[in-house]
Amino acid sequence: MKAWFSQHSAALGLAFRRLIASPLNTLLSLLVIGIALTLPAFGYIVLDNLRDLGRNATGVQQISLFMNLEAGKKDISEIESRLRAAAAGKWRFVPKEDALKRMQASEGMAEIVASLPRNPLPDAFIVEPNNTEPEALEIMRKEIAGWPKVAHVQLDSAWVKRFDAFLRLGKLALSMLAGLFGAGLIAVTFNTIRLQVMAQSAEIEVARMIGATDGFIRRPFYYFGALQGILGGVLAAALVLGALRLLAAPIGELATLYGSAFVLRQPGAGEVAVLAGVGAFLGWLGAQLSVSLSLRKFD
Amino acid sequence: MIEASNLTKRYPGGLEAVRDVSFRIDAGQMVLITGHSGAGKTTLVKLISTIEQPTAGSLVVNGQNLTALRRSAMPHVRRHFGLVFQDQKLLFDRCALDNVLLPLQIAGLPRREAVRRAQAALDKVGLLSREKANPIALSGGEQQRLAIARAVVNRPTVLIADEPTGNLDSESATEILEIFADFHRVGVTVVVATHDQTWIERYHPNVLRLDHGRVVQ
Repeated sequence: MKAWFSQHSAALGLAFRRLIASPLNTLLSLLVIGIALTLPAFGYIVLDNLRDLGRNATGVQQISLFMNLEAGKKDISEIESRLRAAAAGKWRFVPKEDALKRMQASEGMAEIVASLPRNPLPDAFIVEPNNTEPEALEIMRKEIAGWPKVAHVQLDSAWVKRFDAFLRLGKLALSMLAGLFGAGLIAVTFNTIRLQVMAQSAEIEVARMIGATDGFIRRPFYYFGALQGILGGVLAAALVLGALRLLAAPIGELATLYGSAFVLRQPGAGEVAVLAGVGAFLGWLGAQLSVSLSLRKFD
Repeated sequence: MIEASNLTKRYPGGLEAVRDVSFRIDAGQMVLITGHSGAGKTTLVKLISTIEQPTAGSLVVNGQNLTALRRSAMPHVRRHFGLVFQDQKLLFDRCALDNVLLPLQIAGLPRREAVRRAQAALDKVGLLSREKANPIALSGGEQQRLAIARAVVNRPTVLIADEPTGNLDSESATEILEIFADFHRVGVTVVVATHDQTWIERYHPNVLRLDHGRVVQ
């Protein structure tokens, strides 16, 4: 165990020294890796923000339930108990009197409402379902439409579906982009490690002759690839954070103009760690491929 | 103990560098492998130290048949040998001490213990005062002594050298001979491939003479 720890710490130390030994090369590699990870990471955060925006946009994922004009208190109680039983999410009752008052308060509507012989508006419920998946919303809409004394159920499902399809398309494009840039990251690490193996060929040859195992020879390269990936991931996170900080203020102002309290979400520590982890894995993979191919000539 | 039976090495292209060689070296012996250039000395040294695999025959070291070993087991076997090459194979990107530390790092020794042993090995060959020097700054004789320090630092049971005095002046060669003799005196098995007759005149070792890949004496 002591020998294992000693060998791993020596390999890690060697990998660090190799990173520091050629700062310009390291910086350029980190920039390439950082940018390769920045684009999909930025895309992920943007999509996530869009999903939040869509979820919080007024009316988008609400179901409006309009009662018959002749529905009474008993019918309203019946709907309330059905909504409770269905655990449909949050809901509130809007009496027809309140709806009329709100209408009267709207600009230019007071005179029109006053001229009406009676209140034409129905009692209504506004339901905010827990499950906002388009399919689930559609199922709920259909179920509610079948309840007694329900005249009309309104769900802007087309909008929700379009938005969901857009998000799915975005996710797919993002996955393809991430795959492409991931392959780029592997290629960068592959080449860096290949050059390192060539530069260290004397050491590798001697080490093999005096009893180094494959693991001993490969380990510093693996650590190098992983370290480079981690640092590239952290750089990518910094770039994403910087870009989002710059965008946060103008997007906030725009949202305010539209009466929304939307705030651009920044990546958390967990997401930064995942980005660094992905970088480490891809770097390690690139190193693994490169070392396996490059060391063949020493066999 | 090293025992070779009908050892043959044929390189791609058909060249048979070692043909049907059999010998036995007991623990603690000093054995010289001699012969003119191209006789197969270096190939035999590489076979004994498992750097090369024989085409035929068997090689048993300390009761272990090396020709039947798995590839993954070879590195562990090599750690029982101390190897000294004619061209030293030193690493010029690090100091003398770090060169000697390499076998100990491979063995997984903790840094402090490894440094202590590496300094002791450098002291043994008279290079402790040059531990921070880059090998490129050392003379030919010093470089060879550094290579010996690296070979013995892991306390090998067999010290194997290929023309260790080949590129040295007579004074440096004598120093190297003395170092090998010192290790032989403390019980280390020493196998040296050389065409330098001084070894035979001074130490009267067992001699394995090769000619065109065959043992002739």
